[in-house]
Order: sequence, then structure tokens, then C-alpha cells
Amino acid sequence: MLSLAAHQGASVAEKITKDCPLAIRGLTVSYGQKPAVFSVDMTVQPGAMTAIIGPNGAGKSTLLKAALGIVSPLSGQVSVFGEPLEKQRARIAYVPQRASVDWDFPTRVIDVVLMGLSRELGLLGRVRARHMSRAMDCLNRVGMRDFADRQIGQLSGGQQQRVFLARALAQDADLYLLDEPFAGVDAATEKAIIAVLKSLKEAGRTVVVVHHDLATVTDYFDHVFLINTRKVAEGTVAEAFTAETLQSAYGGRLATAQIDQISRALG
Amino acid sequence: MSGEEFVPLSLTPLLIGTFAAIACALPGNFLVLRKQALIGDAISHVVLPGIVVAFLLTGTISTWPMILGAAGAAVVAVVLIEAVRRLGQIEAGAAMGVVFTTMFAAGVLLLEQTDTSTVHLDVEHALYGNLESLIWLDAVGWSSVLDPVALAGLPPELPRIALTLLGVSVFVWLFWRPLKISTFDEGFARTIGVRTGVLGMALVITAAIAAVAAFDAVGSIIVIAMFICPPAAARMMTNRLETQIAWSIIFAILSAVSGYVLAGYGPLWLGAADAVSAAGMIATMSGLILAFAALWGPCRTRAGAPGPA
Repeated sequence: MLSLAAHQGASVAEKITKDCPLAIRGLTVSYGQKPAVFSVDMTVQPGAMTAIIGPNGAGKSTLLKAALGIVSPLSGQVSVFGEPLEKQRARIAYVPQRASVDWDFPTRVIDVVLMGLSRELGLLGRVRARHMSRAMDCLNRVGMRDFADRQIGQLSGGQQQRVFLARALAQDADLYLLDEPFAGVDAATEKAIIAVLKSLKEAGRTVVVVHHDLATVTDYFDHVFLINTRKVAEGTVAEAFTAETLQSAYGGRLATAQIDQISRALG
Repeated sequence: MSGEEFVPLSLTPLLIGTFAAIACALPGNFLVLRKQALIGDAISHVVLPGIVVAFLLTGTISTWPMILGAAGAAVVAVVLIEAVRRLGQIEAGAAMGVVFTTMFAAGVLLLEQTDTSTVHLDVEHALYGNLESLIWLDAVGWSSVLDPVALAGLPPELPRIALTLLGVSVFVWLFWRPLKISTFDEGFARTIGVRTGVLGMALVITAAIAAVAAFDAVGSIIVIAMFICPPAAARMMTNRLETQIAWSIIFAILSAVSGYVLAGYGPLWLGAADAVSAAGMIATMSGLILAFAALWGPCRTRAGAPGPA
């Protein structure tokens, strides 16, 4: 079964071009007996802002982590700009879930942003003035310039999230993958983050966000990938974010009232 | 104390104790932050089967087979711990507990089932070390430090632990950036191409080598204490990893020197006749330093401590 899946993946992969920022074929990931992501295909449109949505435990974060090589899939293929992930790492930036790290770690805000330059710095390269000013620029873009010397544990949740975004900006990537960047942040931070993401899109970068707030999908994103272990729908917001696809992804877990509300919002 | 007395009797134990303390404290900084600090405790138990197997294979209790056996067992243990942790997806502490108790038990059984009982595999030596006996009898004073004939008589533990400290330092210096990034944010480290599994394994193997070299010289009490106490105390002095490392080295040196001096002279000052174990006193001093740092260190309150989110 594994070899079959791999074979199918290979035959489709031939059509993937260098223009496609992220293409996933036949991806299955399992942490135990039950797969978290099963046989998923995903094609991210260049220059788009794509939301990955689905119920809790639907495999949204797992899909992202497998795309980045953080978790190993049972089967399937990932190609980034038409090439294997390893060859294109420099073109990807990743913002993990805020809760995935220990914010007690003894380091300052500016040091975290400088981590975004580590590929450039290499093992022993010194941090020079130009690296420092780039990192400060990135902090400025997320409104955190004044916090550069703070210990990261002294920040609020929203500020921590902005620092993570600044680190991703420092990577100066073509494809940005963010895992729940709006989870547990204040309204001001949410606005600041979405403004930065929209500026990335305007600069021709591709943005993929694991998102959980259905109410803001139409405002923030132009493409949607709906998942519940398997792919449910994929396309523009108009195509893939409908009452039918949501019902199919969320089932009984989404209250009918919510569906109605979203349907009305969609017109 | 004059050079004639100090150099032969105290210089080498002081240096060996200090080098061992730093060699363990350096990787200890990362182990504490990764919540793997008990690896020192684990390694101190798993060296037993390694030593027994080395004896069974060679039939001697000379140093090198013992060290190689202990190092081999330590490496097997850290590989097993990582395997149990990742495959079983359980917390590091639990994986260590499973592996080191099993291997220690196997060592006890091996010891019992073979005729090693006639040989003096001294547990007390392994636990407390014999720091006081690592004297340099060929030295006559400070001039001996430059005398090749006298230097040839140095206790072999000194060059061994010095070399180990050099190796550990080079490892930390060379892989500073990936070690720091992957300790803070393993997922992100992987996305920028750091092979976090290999690096994590290299870190624990480095710690294992430091531990075995230090056991050989100073015994397991110092090793277990130095992996945890100086880094944990240093964490409470600063909010920067770079500064934390510096503090941990200062605390390691402070523990080694003050512990050694107090063990040798403290009881005399108090009117008692005998000195106490230097290894025990060094470990005690590191514990006291940790206690002071916990009470008065400037960064002991944690912003991320449980409380309002």
C-alpha cells in the first residue's frame, strides 16, 4: 500500500512546476494507529493567502508540519517550488504555534529574531551591524522595536506571536507557513499580523495559515483548504468555503446557527 | 601554604576537580533547559554493567578497559533513552528512568552471576571518587610545572579530563547556534535544516563522555551535581544564555575550589581531626550555591510561571 501511494505521488509530481510554492501528493501521517492526515493532496496557489481550516484534531497542524519535514509522513510527497523540500529550505519561513516553545528560555527578543538569519550566518558567522539592522527592521514591521532587549518571557501572548512573525520576516522567504498565529492574541496583535501578511501577499509572497476562526476567513483569505483528516475542499473562498463544505468538514460539531451565520456572511 | 607543599598535594586534585566540574556544567546548561538534566544520574548507574562487561572481556581492572566499558554503556544508554523517548513518545525523564534502572539491574545481575565477586570492583570508589589521592609526588614546587621529568609523573586523570574538557568546549563552541535554536524551538530548527535528532544525540553523547571521564577522576556525586547545580543556579542570575554559560562556569569553579579547600581544612578549623570527602564537599557547595541563587538571584522569578495567562 505504501509503495502504491508513493507511485501515485510520483506520477502526479511530474506535472508540478517551479511556480507552485507548495504541492503535496498522497500525504498520510500517523502518530499511532489512527492516521492524523490521510491521503491528502494540496496545491498552494502562488501569491495567494490560503487558510487551512477544519475542526480540532483534523490534522491541520500535522499537515503543515509534514509539509515542513518536522514530522515524517508514512507516505506521500512534498514539493516546494517544484523541488524536494531539502533543496528549497531557504525559501520557506515557518511560524510555529506559540505554545510549542518554552518562553522561559533565557534569551532576548532580538536574539529570537536573529534566529531567522541563521541560514545566512552559518555555524560560526558573526552577527554584524547589517544583520542587526535587518532584525530591527523586522521587529519594527510588527511594532515590537521597543522590546528588542526584553527577555521573551516578559512578553504578553500577542507580543510573543509578533516576535515569532518578525523571526519569519527575517528569513525573507517566498513561502510563509503559519500555525494558528491568531490563537489567544489580542485584537491589536491580530490586526498587526494580518496587515503584515497582506503586505507579504502584495509583495508577491505566498502565505499559508492554519486558522480556526471561521468568522474571519472571508475577510483575511482568498483561498481555503478544508480538512478533516482527509481533504474536504480546496479552492478560492467562494468555491471551497460554503455551507456544504463546512457541514461536510465539521459535521455535527458545527452548530447549525454558526453555519447559517457564515452562509449569510457569504451572501 | 608554600609551593613545595601545594603543588604536589593540592594543585592536581584542584585542577582535576575544576576541569571535571566545568566539563559537566557546560553540556549541563543545555540539558537543564531541555529538561534532560537527570541524564547525569542515569549515566552514573548505567556505567556499572559497562564496567562489569569490560572486566569479563579483558579480565583486568586496569583503567582503559574500564573507561571504554563505561563509555560504551553510557552511549548505549543515551541511544536507548532517545529511542524510547521518540518511539514511545514519552517524556525524557520517564525514558531515562526505564533505561537506567534496567541497565543498572542488569549490571547487578551480571556482577552476581559471574565470578567477579572475587575482584575488587569498588563501589565506594566509583561513587565518591578519590580526588585527594590524585597527588603529584614528582613535583617539588612551582618549578616542576615546567620540568618534563616531573610532568611525566602527573596523575593520568589530569590529561584525560583536560582533553575531555577541551572536546566538550569545542563541541559547544562549534554547534552553539544550532544547539541554542533547537533547544529553544525544535520545530523551527528543523525547518531551517538543523538535524535536531542527530544534534540532540550528539549532545547527550558528549555529556556521557564528560560524565565517564569525570567518574574516572572524581566519582559520580560530583558529576550528577555539576550537570544540574551550576547551570540551574546560573539560570537564576541572568536572562541570556550566553551569560548563563559564563555564570555556570564560574559556579563550577567556585564549587570545586571552595569544596576542595573546605573538605581539607574545614574540619581542622572546627577542631576535628580528619578531613572530609572532597567530592562530597564539592557537591555540597554546588548545592549551597544553587540555594543562594534560588533565594537571591536576580532572575529567579519566572515570567512564564503558572499564573494568569
